Amino acid sequence: MTVKVSAASYWIGYKTILIKEVTRIVRIWAQTLIPPIITMSLYFIIFGTIIGRRVGEMDGIPYMDFIVPGLIMLSVITNAYGNITSSFFGAKFGRHIEELLISPLPPWIILAGYVSGAVFRSLLVGALVLLVAGAFSGFHLHNLPVTLSVVVLTAVVFALAGLINAIYARKFDDISIIPTFVLQPMTYLGGVFFSVSLLPGITQTLSLANPILYMVNAFRYGMLGISDVSLWVAYAIIIGFGAVLLTISLLLLSRGVGLRS
Amino acid sequence: MNALEIRQLKKTYSNGVTALKGIDLDVAEGDFFALLGPNGAGKSTLIGIVSSLVNASSGEAKVFGISVQKQRSQAMAEIGLVPQEVNFNQFEKPFDIVVNQAGYYGVPRRLARERAEYYLRQIGLWDKAFRMSRTLSGGMKRRLLIARAMVHQPRLLILDEPTAGVDIEIRRSMWKFISEINAAGTTVILTTHYLEEAENLCRNIAIIDRGEIVEHTSVRELLGQLDIETFVLDLRRPIEQAPVIDGIELILRDPSCLEASLPKSRSLNRLFRALEEKDIEVVSMRNKANRLEELFVRLVTFEQEQQA
Repeated sequence: MTVKVSAASYWIGYKTILIKEVTRIVRIWAQTLIPPIITMSLYFIIFGTIIGRRVGEMDGIPYMDFIVPGLIMLSVITNAYGNITSSFFGAKFGRHIEELLISPLPPWIILAGYVSGAVFRSLLVGALVLLVAGAFSGFHLHNLPVTLSVVVLTAVVFALAGLINAIYARKFDDISIIPTFVLQPMTYLGGVFFSVSLLPGITQTLSLANPILYMVNAFRYGMLGISDVSLWVAYAIIIGFGAVLLTISLLLLSRGVGLRS
Repeated sequence: MNALEIRQLKKTYSNGVTALKGIDLDVAEGDFFALLGPNGAGKSTLIGIVSSLVNASSGEAKVFGISVQKQRSQAMAEIGLVPQEVNFNQFEKPFDIVVNQAGYYGVPRRLARERAEYYLRQIGLWDKAFRMSRTLSGGMKRRLLIARAMVHQPRLLILDEPTAGVDIEIRRSMWKFISEINAAGTTVILTTHYLEEAENLCRNIAIIDRGEIVEHTSVRELLGQLDIETFVLDLRRPIEQAPVIDGIELILRDPSCLEASLPKSRSLNRLFRALEEKDIEVVSMRNKANRLEELFVRLVTFEQEQQA
């Protein structure tokens, strides 16, 4: 007897995509979990310990402590984006995305499953980086709800952005262009290693157009209680970006852009 | 109720190629239906639209009365698809592939595991269920596609050239399995290049050519259109030239092999009596070609000549 389409069957479908994604992330742990830990450990050693000792304090906070939130966000952003682009594009390239396209699952469930998988990986990596950071500078927490909400929302935003990239991508090069030429520079210039108050006039104004700056600073507020920008403006920008990307993603999936002929 | 109803279905791709030119097609519930056509005829486009992988330009496809275009989710719950090409993740295990597919159709995980074991056993893959799929042979991969398509127990199973490149032994076991599924009530739609499969398995048939249905009838009626049959006769002793028998065309293929073409109205006894009178002894006999194949070639060639 055929299973009838219902909210319960959608829930099972969602869980199946999520389990599949989590299994994939854990199965290839050497690719998904280890590299960001090594990279971040190097950042902590070089920028935190060696250079940080000479820098002293930033906004009244020891430099090592100052860069921890930014480096966690850097990991969260790159892993949320990278996970969904490689997984979704891989499924498209290997044509096993057709398993989902011919199923009764509506586009929003497919989207929710893939985004949840990307959020899972980015938060797991973020937590591992936090553990590494703890070994260098100890643990700091100013506001738990802000910390958690900002990190989850940021992961969702970049998972959605990665999904759009994967939908349009036709070859593997297409999923590496944006992370290399857009995401990485924006993250590095988004206040990970410095306070924007250090930048000269026009550069400081230009930096305020970078959405990642708001995410990093909101997260820094959650952990350390300091921020270069208003927390509410940061929330508005994160949620605004999320809403726009969600609408575009759903539209693309519903129309089958890059997926159905 | 029809398992599949297609009305005025058209598909023109973005590159301007028109794959379907407004076709109508009905497949009755419980049928074992063959969809035949030469390469590029529109078979895969048609299957793509029914399984929602391809968007129709116009027209409608209904599965058990449910519109694929208007109620996609409900319609898809009724369909199992065995695609032409292997399209599962080759880095996953067969068991996981089948269990996950069940999950996409809302089958609870415990039940999905039970069904995955059942279908993998049925299709002879249980001993490979926990190996990496990429290590499976071509025939095993094709069987895995069938187990995956069946795990949510669809009412309509669509097989797009499922036995391409599969050896005869596996092909036969696959057909036995599919026939049992059909006997249990699942409607089966099959496209194949092995026309003897369609002739032996299917009850009804449609032939599609250049985006149009050129024949839609029962296999029995279609074969009834064939008025001449050709047999290959192996001779005990070689002969130098083909004998002449009234109303039967005889061609000597080699000194020990004779080809006889005769109308269905003529009795084979007459052929054998005439050969015996000429002291020609036949040791074995077989059909020269598959009967459906002859009709298929005739129909498709006729259509092409008409269009030319």
